[in-house]
Amino acid sequence: MRITCPLCGPRDRREFYYYGSEDYLTLPEGEDLDAIDAHLHLRDNPAGITRDLWYHEMGCAAWLLVTRDTVTHEISDVALVAEGGSAAKMKSGRAL
Amino acid sequence: MRVEGKGRIDRSAPVRFRFDGVEYQGFKGDTLASALLANGVKLFGRSFKYHRPRGVLTAGSEEPNALVEVIEGRQQTPNVRATVQEIYEGLEAKSQNRWPSLGFDILAVNDLASPFLSAGFYYKTFMWPRAFWERLYEPVIRRAAGLGRLSGRHDEADYEKAYAFCDLLVIGAGPAGLAAALQAARAGADVILTDESAEMGGRLLADTAQIDGRPAADWATAVLAELGGLPNVRLMARTTVAGAYDGGTYGALERVGLHMAERPDLPRECFWRIVAGQAVLAAGAQERMIAFADNDRPGIMTASALRTYLNRYGVAPGQRVTIFANNDSARQTARDLMAAGVEVAAIIDARADASVAEECPVYAGATVVGTKGRKALRSITVLHRGGEIEIETDCLGVSGGWNPLIHLTCHMNGRPLWDAGLAAFLPKPGAVPGLHVAGAAAGVFSTAQCLASGAGVAVTALAALGRKAVPIELPAAEEADYDLLPLWEVKGKRRAWLDFANDVTTKDVRLSAQENFASVEHMKRYTTQGMAPDQGKNSNMGALAVLADATGRSIAETGVTTFRPPFSPVSIAAMGAGGRAEGFAPQRFMTSHSASVERGAPMIEAGLWYRPSYFPRLGEVTWREACDREVAMVRSTVGVADVSTLGKIDIQGRDAARFLDLVYTNTFSTLPVGRVRYGLMLRADGHVLDDGTTARLGENHFLMTTTTAAAGLVMRHLDFVAQAYCADWDVRFISVTETWAQFAVAGPKAKALLETLVAVDLPFMGCAAVQVGQVAGRLFRISFSGEQGYEIAVPARYGEALFRDLLARAETLGGGAYGMEALNVLRIEKGFITHAEIHGRTTAFDIGMEKMVSAKKDCIGKGAAARPGLVGPEREQMVGLRPVNEAAISAGAHLFNPGEEVARVNDQGYVTSVCYSPTLGGYLGLAFLRNGRARHGEMVRLVDHLRKIDLLCEVCDPVFHDKEGVKLRG
Amino acid sequence: MRYSGLRVITEGLFGNKGWKPVWRNPEPKPEYDAIIIGGGGHGLSTAYYLAKNHGMTKIAVLEKGYIGSGNIGRNTTIVRANYFLPGNSEFYSHSLKLWEGLEADLNYNVMHSQRGLINLFHSDGQRDAFVRRGNSMINQGDDAILLDREAVREHLPYLDFEQTRFPIYGGLLHPRGGTARHDAVAWGYARGADLRGVDLIQNCEVTGIDVEGGRVVGVQTTRGAIKAKKVGMVAAGRSGQVAAMAGMRLPIESHVLQAFVTEGLKPVIDHVVSFGMGHFYISQSDKGGLVFGGDIEFYASYASRGNLPMVEHVMEAGMTLMPMIGRAKVLRSWGGIMDMTPDGSPIIDKTPVDGLFVDAGWNYGGFKAVPASGWCMAHLMATGESHEVARRFRLDRFKTGHLLDEEGTGSQHNLH
Repeated sequence: MRITCPLCGPRDRREFYYYGSEDYLTLPEGEDLDAIDAHLHLRDNPAGITRDLWYHEMGCAAWLLVTRDTVTHEISDVALVAEGGSAAKMKSGRAL
Repeated sequence: MRVEGKGRIDRSAPVRFRFDGVEYQGFKGDTLASALLANGVKLFGRSFKYHRPRGVLTAGSEEPNALVEVIEGRQQTPNVRATVQEIYEGLEAKSQNRWPSLGFDILAVNDLASPFLSAGFYYKTFMWPRAFWERLYEPVIRRAAGLGRLSGRHDEADYEKAYAFCDLLVIGAGPAGLAAALQAARAGADVILTDESAEMGGRLLADTAQIDGRPAADWATAVLAELGGLPNVRLMARTTVAGAYDGGTYGALERVGLHMAERPDLPRECFWRIVAGQAVLAAGAQERMIAFADNDRPGIMTASALRTYLNRYGVAPGQRVTIFANNDSARQTARDLMAAGVEVAAIIDARADASVAEECPVYAGATVVGTKGRKALRSITVLHRGGEIEIETDCLGVSGGWNPLIHLTCHMNGRPLWDAGLAAFLPKPGAVPGLHVAGAAAGVFSTAQCLASGAGVAVTALAALGRKAVPIELPAAEEADYDLLPLWEVKGKRRAWLDFANDVTTKDVRLSAQENFASVEHMKRYTTQGMAPDQGKNSNMGALAVLADATGRSIAETGVTTFRPPFSPVSIAAMGAGGRAEGFAPQRFMTSHSASVERGAPMIEAGLWYRPSYFPRLGEVTWREACDREVAMVRSTVGVADVSTLGKIDIQGRDAARFLDLVYTNTFSTLPVGRVRYGLMLRADGHVLDDGTTARLGENHFLMTTTTAAAGLVMRHLDFVAQAYCADWDVRFISVTETWAQFAVAGPKAKALLETLVAVDLPFMGCAAVQVGQVAGRLFRISFSGEQGYEIAVPARYGEALFRDLLARAETLGGGAYGMEALNVLRIEKGFITHAEIHGRTTAFDIGMEKMVSAKKDCIGKGAAARPGLVGPEREQMVGLRPVNEAAISAGAHLFNPGEEVARVNDQGYVTSVCYSPTLGGYLGLAFLRNGRARHGEMVRLVDHLRKIDLLCEVCDPVFHDKEGVKLRG
Repeated sequence: MRYSGLRVITEGLFGNKGWKPVWRNPEPKPEYDAIIIGGGGHGLSTAYYLAKNHGMTKIAVLEKGYIGSGNIGRNTTIVRANYFLPGNSEFYSHSLKLWEGLEADLNYNVMHSQRGLINLFHSDGQRDAFVRRGNSMINQGDDAILLDREAVREHLPYLDFEQTRFPIYGGLLHPRGGTARHDAVAWGYARGADLRGVDLIQNCEVTGIDVEGGRVVGVQTTRGAIKAKKVGMVAAGRSGQVAAMAGMRLPIESHVLQAFVTEGLKPVIDHVVSFGMGHFYISQSDKGGLVFGGDIEFYASYASRGNLPMVEHVMEAGMTLMPMIGRAKVLRSWGGIMDMTPDGSPIIDKTPVDGLFVDAGWNYGGFKAVPASGWCMAHLMATGESHEVARRFRLDRFKTGHLLDEEGTGSQHNLH
């Protein structure tokens, strides 16, 4: 498996760390248990297209939002979490 | 025996080798199988279950029978295919799975008991009495099962792994692969051409066909010469592409040195990760058997293997050969044999309308219904026009048709498509992205078609690579038709083998259907068909056809089991190359490493790091003596310890303080410049992630320290929080763990020591830039020991020098170095936590730090930490433990209320850290106890069944030493 | 028909013509008392115990593929009860006891082999963590023995004690741990359930869960609608998709775990050996293949296949720990789809839909749990109450923070 880092180009999967789905981008407010549950635990977990978070740990240290098919492993898009690409895709990221 | 004038072996280079202790001679270019066949050897092994005598079935890696052990001194390699192993001077091979000898095998008695050993019989018996399974049945079964033997000794040989990148990977160097490689190479693409065999050319080496009017092998040689001369082509012989993976990545095994007697500079094998823009699969096809009564006798082989032995190795595996086939391709074997002067006793062709053109008896519309000969084939019985004829023969070549080798196309879950005309499964187009199939693997069988298919597919692949193909002219070649009458089994009363390697017969498959293990996966799992070393390459199609017949379904409806990597078995050592010994994980060394080793310190693993356990002095016998001394030294004079393994993260920017407020539970924006603060960090789920100190070096400049274990975790966490939640903040950070060497100087004389070196005028929890000689360093007034403590940091290249210098200065004050053991005792005495306490399940509440979670601001994990399950008296809270007597206590012990039964339901907690405290003169422990903070002064019973410890302890505050922190600040 | 050695001989004498189908191929009926979605190990054992322990007979197991086509047939066959957190301890302890009587109960030889499991440790800290675990096991009534380095050497002389990257300090021996023949477990439960009247319906994919007024009333399948007032979702690997049909989101992410088997070898590894530092575990099957595995692939996937980085990592772990296996050749690799939960422990619970139950989230520990999972799920479905050994496997425990995190790695699905 290879991932094309927007900063470094195509790299082997070994350079990357996988965190989980984009749900982690939505930071819950205060002690709202449902929001915490959605942030940390509940997942759509689709058999198909998913957007999940990868970290180019052995490369540029960028966090990436990867659009990927969980059945075929085909990767259709890789965007930087830190750039607008990801912010626009955040479900309800709140400003801090 | 050898046939004069045939074969590609080098008759000028004789090679001596041994099989089962007998010395034989072959020639350079021989495989073990061809050389033994040339010497008249027929018996190669014993079958898995019935221990039936077995000969060679094939001439390739799919061989199910001729598996041997190759002996190299005290080391040996089991299950080596005699059909693949090239001979070398002094090669020593042994037959396997037989006792006492290949010729006389006691367990051949199983063959007589075969009615009771049918498919899955073991699921129905061996259940009574229960205790006999492990004591009797299983040991007996285990010993009888299995094939070759490992030596049990460490495999000390060299193996390698490597990466390769190319535009086009061509798998298989037969006619299709050569044409594909030539097409792509001439277009300028970077090409890797792999072939499983020692010599490239595929079936062109084994056939007598012609290309452009000259022997096909000569054409192959010429093409290979051209390819070999091109800078953009890499030829990889003896290389099997074993698996197709995501992103155009292929795994391949190169047998680098397995054919050499000596290989001083070469590994045995190399496992390649080949990343290819596009790939062409030209793996060819494999001839299949027909199931008929006793079709497993030595001397029965595939017709193409027979042809290969004759044409490539110059060996006639029999003197009076017969051929049994359902298609045209086997006729060439008969013709080649006759042309070479070998007698062909008969051709048995299952097709009633088969042509009768050869100069030998041809029985059209006939089948083989039986065979004779225990250790070697003597005769076959042929059913022809209603009558049985017995024909004397010592070698029978069988062809049931051809199976395209489509395995790689299925490695990404692609299901193959049934082609009724070819009676074979063909690859599903696009099943592996970027992998194109050519030649026989795609179901085209004539040489001309293969050449055209290879070149054509290469053009498609080049287009996908964005390259324009240069037209190449294809040579003239044979265009024979492939006419086949599907014939999977000749039904009869006696057993007919499908899976030779696992001894699965047509009866087993039918029994499986009878018992309603009717899906192809159930049949496979119930009968074990396809699970032997040949991975079902010789049996899947036949078994599937018999199952389809038994269940009244078509083959297409029955479906096929899934092909999974590897295509042919790959050694653990090759795929695990580099992992041996310390190669398994990186080793990280502190700058003080050699200085510590010089002082005799045992170095122990701390994550990937090595840290000194203790620094023994003359006369000290046990680690405890050294540890106790070092603790006393720190408490009374001064000790020096390398703490460089702690993670160090340099954080800068206008929003750096704001960022720290977000990731730490406590506030850092209020920290004055030149001061240090202890911080607690939570995971998003509210549990403690890590702790450590952070210094404010400037208004917008902080230096965070993490624990050794969590350094990487924290860095990743900070990167995520910064990029995901604070992308527009002005904060940047980088790990400087290895940039700085840092040493703790602790003890009442710490200041006195440092004053001889640097300007020391720091309040407790202060920090400052200092000059260490000519070197710009940093000084922190922090303590993990509870004593007056400093940490001094210099750029890593000065670390060793500073360490040695500090030790020398310490020694003049009566101090010295201390190691991890003493460090651990010092921190337990002081009630400081490590990852033994913050083990991933503890919260700030559990460790008594809930007050460090600022109420005035939000932080990562704060909301999650407030969940009802993470607070409250039913949770275990950190406490100190003191045993009531001088006895030892142990970490990992559990706690109970005195008087209650020691059982899970009464469990009150557990001990995380213990030490003998020379300071307090007794054992101390840190523990988590249910509602523990409310129970100081109570007695608990500590039970460690494993170490046989059972005693009472008093629960106390976890800070045992200098509760008021007088020494710390003093 | 009852199986025995005598029967094997008798049938053998008559050409093995008398063996009967091991289960029927029933057509789905319009209505059942209970439907189990998923014909894997857990689904089959649930059906078996519903029939055996609770006297229910109108039960259907609906299986999309063939019986036992999920993880029950693609694991490394390890059976153990070496958990340490209350909630897990009692459950796996119960499961191991059921394993010990399984052959007699099912009249099917699942080849449960209590050859002993050794977990190696490589530092003082790991030793203490294993001691805590071992003491938990003993407090629960199970068995554990602490081995020092020399004792490990006696059991496993072939390990690399001199050069390995992480020196062997010792091991925790769980004598009752071992292996079983995975497919046989599915077949044994299937046969037992079928004999008790359970309809095992293969090639029947559930395409919808019918809910009316907050109550489950039946399911839609590729073989028509089937009514039932009780429906159990026991489809590990696909739990999320099944639950979505009832409008639920589960705390589960699917990951692939690869496993490997070598060509057959004469006996060389007699125990189950687990190497935590390398995340590598190995045993040798009765047929002679070395069966081993490592960590999950770490990225969400339904592909039932993995990639080379994990393959190589597993092999490297094997080479540093026991380099004598270097010349064994890997015959086959495969992947199973794991329901990974945020704390690494499973779920056996009711759902917000009345009559709809869920048994899911087995991470990669599902095989050993098969008997107790079925036992407890059957208890829950029959009585409406959680079984006492599965009380803590609640669906809402993540939200409330009552976690069962054995690894201590936190709420990240792929870290358990």
